[in-house]
Amino acid sequence: MTPPVPAAPRSAPPFPRWAPWFFVAPWLLGFATFVAWPLGRSLVLSCLQTYGPGTTVYVGLANFRYLLHDELFWKALANTVRFTLGCVGVQLPVALGLALLLNRPSLRGRAWFRLVFFAPSLVGLAFAALLVALMFERRTGLVDAGLHSLFSSWDPDFPWLEQYVMTALILAAVWLYAGFNMVYFLAALQGVSPELLEAAAIDGAGPWQRFWHVTLPEIRPVAGLVVLMSVAGSFQLFELPYLMFNTTGDPAGPDNSALTVVMYLYQMGFLSGDLGYASAIGWVLAVLLISLALLQRWLARREEY
Amino acid sequence: MPPANPPPRPRAAAARLLDLLVYALLTGCAVVTLVPFAWMVAAALKNQTDFFTSVFLPRGDGFLGVAWDHLTLDNFRRLLVELPIPRAIVNSVFLSAGLSLLATLFCAMGGYGLAKYPFRGRAVLTTLVLGAAILPPSLLLAPGFELVWRLGLLDSYAGFLLPGLTPAFGVFLFRQAMLNRVPAELIESARLDGCGELRIFFQLVLPLVRPMTGAFIILSFLGTWNNFIGPQLILQSAERQPLAVAMNNLRGVYGTDYGLVMAGTLVSIAPIMALFLLLQREFISGLTAGAVKG
Repeated sequence: MTPPVPAAPRSAPPFPRWAPWFFVAPWLLGFATFVAWPLGRSLVLSCLQTYGPGTTVYVGLANFRYLLHDELFWKALANTVRFTLGCVGVQLPVALGLALLLNRPSLRGRAWFRLVFFAPSLVGLAFAALLVALMFERRTGLVDAGLHSLFSSWDPDFPWLEQYVMTALILAAVWLYAGFNMVYFLAALQGVSPELLEAAAIDGAGPWQRFWHVTLPEIRPVAGLVVLMSVAGSFQLFELPYLMFNTTGDPAGPDNSALTVVMYLYQMGFLSGDLGYASAIGWVLAVLLISLALLQRWLARREEY
Repeated sequence: MPPANPPPRPRAAAARLLDLLVYALLTGCAVVTLVPFAWMVAAALKNQTDFFTSVFLPRGDGFLGVAWDHLTLDNFRRLLVELPIPRAIVNSVFLSAGLSLLATLFCAMGGYGLAKYPFRGRAVLTTLVLGAAILPPSLLLAPGFELVWRLGLLDSYAGFLLPGLTPAFGVFLFRQAMLNRVPAELIESARLDGCGELRIFFQLVLPLVRPMTGAFIILSFLGTWNNFIGPQLILQSAERQPLAVAMNNLRGVYGTDYGLVMAGTLVSIAPIMALFLLLQREFISGLTAGAVKG
């Protein structure tokens, strides 16, 4: 090691100049190689048509022009948006509801409930797909068999994986991630000052008004972040439907009902071998997601003033 | 809602009723959450016939009306003796442990460098970290695969590990932790005492951010264990594939063998669940560190 530069008495010796660069070097190297370079390369790739990584043809903006009229891409985008809306509209209210129940001060066993609700989110989607696919099978699956034994009027041959694919995926997402988002909501709820709620109660606000006018504004920053994470995550949906339907020979599901944007990217890039078209899809997805993130930040800022 | 100043007794009764309702709702939700796990365990212990004739445990004359003697460990025996799943378990453990330890070291180093050294270029690098952290990973899928192919690293552990060693998100988390928990005076006085930069980092700074270190090791272990698309694209030979890929290949071959598939799923998620039960506090603080406190 180089000795530190002699310093004026009484002040701490300055750090050697190599030190900061030594500490950031691994990240910088990884970033340059596996983020910056591929990012630039994907801009180039999006103007190429490729047959596997070895053979490329320059096609200009043709990939993006084709994308605009590609019915499968629009189908994939529509499915992805439906799944996202389902997640935000169903799973997040469930998560918030669970958090509100758990936040009741007199509740005992809070840690146990939290543990149980959180557990499914640890199951990776590649493993969840194995379980969920069997759970939604006709007659033998847990969902049809269980509902039929609880309510005898339930059709034991309810075609979840044939006609209600998106509903099945959203239900699976509720099971998997409501408890995960609940952790964030609960942390935010525990930060709401009890004095504020008490003051509102003394002023005659009912529980609903207290929730709407005190609790919700207080947890809004965290709620905005949870919505954003949820949207970004839902937009990347791939493994769950892909692996659920992979064994049927068509991972996109019946009538492409389970096709998502990332699944289409994967199929185009790695099954059809066109890394160029896959990069174009990746850029459209990235632009969509980054605009959503900017929109959320803009909305959050506007609220502050 | 009753009018103001109700007599105390009915109010206490109402509160108790509400409590009861809350417990009932929470218990109901907990049962719904746990039932899929119970179904999976039951399916893993049944043979094919019993899988089709019973939802959970096979009915019979035994204790509680369950045919306990029908339950079998045969699915696990086939999985762990006849099929190459033990190899996949070893791969999963090796990849997850290796990646999480190295990634944590590199992220802690990066976060320390950015948080505690005023140097030219620091602002630019911090912006790059933030930018890289919000990139959707699917954007880098195609060019990343091409790069690994160019480097000649397809179908090697290195091809999978190297791109994952320096997640920007981790650098950001450690930068926050260093800013919050490591006082500059401590580092300066260590320097005054003639302590070298590396010793300061390893012996002074790392112990101060131990909670973050633990949480991040767990988080990256979990992420790697559950990663499917990375190993699916890069690790092509069966003997290098982790559980996420191996189990789905197995389902492709033995898809209708429900007991076997459920036994495999159980074996794949049980280690993660066990880790979680042991280290729940680190799990939850790791998840909320970036969002709520940061």
